[in-house]
Amino acid sequence: MTEPAREMSPQPETLMPEATGKDRDWAKWLPTVRDTVIAVALALLVGAFLIILSDEQVIESLDGLFGNPGSFFVYAGDVLRYSAEAVWDAYTALLRGAFGSGPAWERTLERSAPLICAGLGVALAFRAGLFNIGAQGQMLVAALAAGYVGFHYDMPPVIHLLAAIAAALVAGALWGGVVGLLKARSGAHEVITTIMLNQVGRFTVLFFLAREAFQRPGSDNLLSPVVDSDAQYPTVAGLHLGILVALLAAVAVWWLLVRSKLGFELRAVGANPDAARTAGMSVSKVYIAAMAIAGLLAGLAATMTVLGLRQGVTDQVVGSVGFDAITVALLGRATPFGTVLAGLLFGALSAGGLGMQTAAGVPPELIQVVQALIVLFVAAPALIRGLTRIRRRRAGTEAQEVTA
Amino acid sequence: MSTVVDAPAPAAGAPEPQVRDRADVRRQVKLVVVLAIVLAAEVWFKLDINDPTVSHLLKGPRTKENLPVEFDGTLVSWTAVAITAIALVLAILNRYPRGWVGMIVSVLVGIGFYGAFLMWAYADPDGFAASITNPIEGTISLATPLVFGALAGVLCERAGVVNIAIEGQFIAGAFFGSVFSSFAVASIAAIPLFWCSIFGLLGGILAGVGMAALLGTFALRYHVDQVVVGVVLVAFGYGITSFLLGQIPDDNEEMFNQPELLESVEIPGLADIPYIGQALFNQTLLVYFMYVAAPLVWWLLFQTRWGLRVRSVGEHPKAADTVGINVNRVRWQAVLLGGVFAGLGGAVFTLDLGSFDKEMSAGTGFIALAAVIMGRWHPIYAALAALLFGFLRTLENQLSILDEKVPGELLSALPYLATIIAVAGFAGRVRPPAADGQPYVKSD
Repeated sequence: MTEPAREMSPQPETLMPEATGKDRDWAKWLPTVRDTVIAVALALLVGAFLIILSDEQVIESLDGLFGNPGSFFVYAGDVLRYSAEAVWDAYTALLRGAFGSGPAWERTLERSAPLICAGLGVALAFRAGLFNIGAQGQMLVAALAAGYVGFHYDMPPVIHLLAAIAAALVAGALWGGVVGLLKARSGAHEVITTIMLNQVGRFTVLFFLAREAFQRPGSDNLLSPVVDSDAQYPTVAGLHLGILVALLAAVAVWWLLVRSKLGFELRAVGANPDAARTAGMSVSKVYIAAMAIAGLLAGLAATMTVLGLRQGVTDQVVGSVGFDAITVALLGRATPFGTVLAGLLFGALSAGGLGMQTAAGVPPELIQVVQALIVLFVAAPALIRGLTRIRRRRAGTEAQEVTA
Repeated sequence: MSTVVDAPAPAAGAPEPQVRDRADVRRQVKLVVVLAIVLAAEVWFKLDINDPTVSHLLKGPRTKENLPVEFDGTLVSWTAVAITAIALVLAILNRYPRGWVGMIVSVLVGIGFYGAFLMWAYADPDGFAASITNPIEGTISLATPLVFGALAGVLCERAGVVNIAIEGQFIAGAFFGSVFSSFAVASIAAIPLFWCSIFGLLGGILAGVGMAALLGTFALRYHVDQVVVGVVLVAFGYGITSFLLGQIPDDNEEMFNQPELLESVEIPGLADIPYIGQALFNQTLLVYFMYVAAPLVWWLLFQTRWGLRVRSVGEHPKAADTVGINVNRVRWQAVLLGGVFAGLGGAVFTLDLGSFDKEMSAGTGFIALAAVIMGRWHPIYAALAALLFGFLRTLENQLSILDEKVPGELLSALPYLATIIAVAGFAGRVRPPAADGQPYVKSD
């Protein structure tokens, strides 16, 4: 197999699947879906193992097992019974926490929305051959901008919300666009610049939150005033509409990638910048545009938390969404549709993790381990089924698409 | 200025003809602009000072014997201005030295700016008069994990395996370093305390190598995209360590999370050098190992047969394979050796600071990654970049106690902004090893 010439950038086969118009070819999706289901199941299996190991009753009966080899079967039975109970309790609590009730669904969707948006940003950059670690920083400054417009100005209802969203989009796009600009102008590696801008973003937010204009009256904490209700996402039956916006964003990204000229250039640059340049495309323009749009999507993600969930700005407002977005994009194989599904899955896991903690006493960190394992197993189809054959064929078609 | 692409080679002994290309001119313009800004800032720093008296505590921490020494900062400020002015004149005349002499001049300008800035920041105190402390100590302690992490990155990436997982290796190394050290203290009665922390180092190494083995398994055995594995291993490392931390019962904390810290070992003679001796040569074993680690990796990569093989599988695996090198075996070796370094870097966190905390490494691994790229995949330069980051973080700490003149948050952001400017303005386009991130599939 010949190695296609590539620069160091994350676009090997796992990230460049089902590109171009073949998205509609459902038969091609089936193995992907099957792999993902198996991967989730495997990850949950490992999770079950950890649950068993962390269950006190299981540990006690294990102690008994080793202490009294005479009554082996009694204690072995206990170990099995308690293990099964612990796993059953934990996973039913997980399901209930994610889908068991109205509020559970709300939590799942509310957590999915920012993950989807930020994940789309990371995925889009991936497709252009850029590794955007900077969603966190982009979201932070965007949250600051959205929050400021949200609580500082007084505007009519719909306009206020739109203005706050616009502020977030502009802030995110600028923060991301700088990375593309630097890459295009001086070749500064985007991994360095995004990591550094994450830190700069963190301190920028801390700086502004310490100013008077950003302080909530009567509070000594780094906490901004509450965002006007006019500037918050409207809620329908308790659920804010961010998730709809996120789905629309996914459609827009799909259109951009698959149907637009810019999207074609973006994919071409991602596959092979030298070839794209030879074909007359402006690689610089694509880098700047891709990073600006990635930042814009991260900004949109920030509005989900500031104008949806939290309704005020703190330095923790983004949580770790910016980093989780990377895993979401990877799990979604850098496609818009895949990112939506991955975002929903991660949102459900995170909402269910809460339920698991309260109802079954399982530490929420378990979810993080399971999430990581899912991505790992999905990325290693060879581990699940011993077929590098398909990968090769896919690599072949990819090469054809690029040259086509 | 004419732009000639192919300058004729100057005849031996003849003076070099004044032919310069555009990149050269652009470099000069950049240099002049930066130096002019630095000079203006330094002059402003000097003129803004009313009372130039400052105090320093460069000889270690404040004690009854070691009180802050007051001195007049004027000399420091003017020296900085003079150095920068000379450099500026050299740059304008296009006589700014190249190569390592140029590097020394740049470092001198940098130190001068640092001095002038400190004088300004610490002069005219409002109420509480803080004294300038020795930056070396903080730099070393903050840079130690970064240097190890950067070397791990260099080793992996030179062999063609992208290592985004340094952060994950750090957090695992920190956790198991703490667990091993605490466990040794609590359970192995016969072992002297000094060896408990060494046992902790072993735990760190094992954890680092374990994470490296995961990276190797997925990247080399299953050809998973290496960036994916790296990112996932970071998430996995965070998840599994905080999960395990939650599994340690409170009453068992002592047994699992009260590590015996590494002791400082004074090197007689060297430790008596004024100002730098205590900071550099009264350190833990790990720090001494850090001093030799970068030259060691350089020697391994550039002076040994093995290093040649590592670099060849990172640049052109197919060619390496053709001459009979087992590509994946060499890559495995480099990745695992990198794991040793990254694990040691992780162990620094707990064996220097104390009990494991799940937010402990706080993005340090990513900074180490930045150091790898900034150091252009070269062990010595990467280590220097890591030291630079350590120094900038120290500066941040040094200045955070002076909140009045400059908002602390802006100062804190400064190192990161400086890195961006340095990378974008001067380091420029960097070229990773050609096969970095590409799995090698042997064809039949």
